[in-house]
Amino acid sequence: MSKFNKKKKGDLPAVNTASLPDIVFMLLFFFMVATVMRDNELKIKNELPAANEVEKLDKKELVMYIYAGKPNFGYQSKFGTEARLQLNDKFSEVSDIPAFIYAERESKREELRPFLTTALKVDKETNMGIVGDIKQELRKVNALKINYTTRIGDVSLNMK
Amino acid sequence: MARRSSPEVNAGSMADIAFLLLIFFLVTTTIETDSGISRKLPPMEESEEDVVIKQKNIFTVLLNGKDQLLVEDELMQLEDLRTSAIEFLDNGGGNGEDACNYCKGKRDPKSSDNPDKAIISLKNERETSYATYISVQNELVAAYTHLRNIRAQELFGESYSEMMKNYKDVNWPGNRDKLKENINRLRKEYPQKLSEVQ
Repeated sequence: MSKFNKKKKGDLPAVNTASLPDIVFMLLFFFMVATVMRDNELKIKNELPAANEVEKLDKKELVMYIYAGKPNFGYQSKFGTEARLQLNDKFSEVSDIPAFIYAERESKREELRPFLTTALKVDKETNMGIVGDIKQELRKVNALKINYTTRIGDVSLNMK
Repeated sequence: MARRSSPEVNAGSMADIAFLLLIFFLVTTTIETDSGISRKLPPMEESEEDVVIKQKNIFTVLLNGKDQLLVEDELMQLEDLRTSAIEFLDNGGGNGEDACNYCKGKRDPKSSDNPDKAIISLKNERETSYATYISVQNELVAAYTHLRNIRAQELFGESYSEMMKNYKDVNWPGNRDKLKENINRLRKEYPQKLSEVQ
């Protein structure tokens, strides 16, 4: 019976995709290890400037984050296009900073409080006015250790 | 009839499941940046007595609202800032007890006495852009690091950046106390005296 031998000789064999799950799992594990869960949603544009003389912030739990930048498109009708401040999950005024700092301090163990650092994540198109105001508020509550969070790269990337 | 071999489980949809997970993680996570330029703000209490600082020991850097850089009353490009800051800090123009025996500068009497006396004063306007401000900060920190690197190479045969890296590295086998002492010595010889004018 030649019924089963009809296949022509020139047919390409199907590509074996058995290893595809392995490849995808590898990618998956890479992303799981290299990233952290977003803990608060950013409502502002937050493209950080570049710098290369950076120090790493190693104690994640001892960092307070202050974000600043232009509101995202969806919020512009309500908050305008001027640079705004974001603390935790909401838009804030500069005058809200002391309360925020006190709340953060309160949530940490007492012996760790002197090591708290404030990380300023400010969009690179922001004016220094708001940054100066933030620094002034931080000085008032004696939160003197700050860190301007930046991407790692040459400063020439900032000039565009 | 012999034992029937159990049918193989179809693993074709495994890839789909993995893709689904992958896409979920891609969407919900960010690669968090956690490095930056560390600074210390001055405390609020104004000190009563005014410290008199000689004009020649101050290196003024002014950033205006149009992101132009004015260094010692002269317009300057960002690329030149690092070199001129290094020149100023490492000048060592002092004599007597202000003399600096490790400085390699020109010893110009019109410029700074020694790195301990030399102060960089940075002033910016409200309209200055943050990107420019960070660039200037970066260049100034780089100037200090450069000087410390050279001095460390001279004293200990390795650069300051390398020493800092070793110090941060938990698995570094050497003597940590000694290293800390050496780092502190370098920091004392080239202290970062960067004052920001409000």
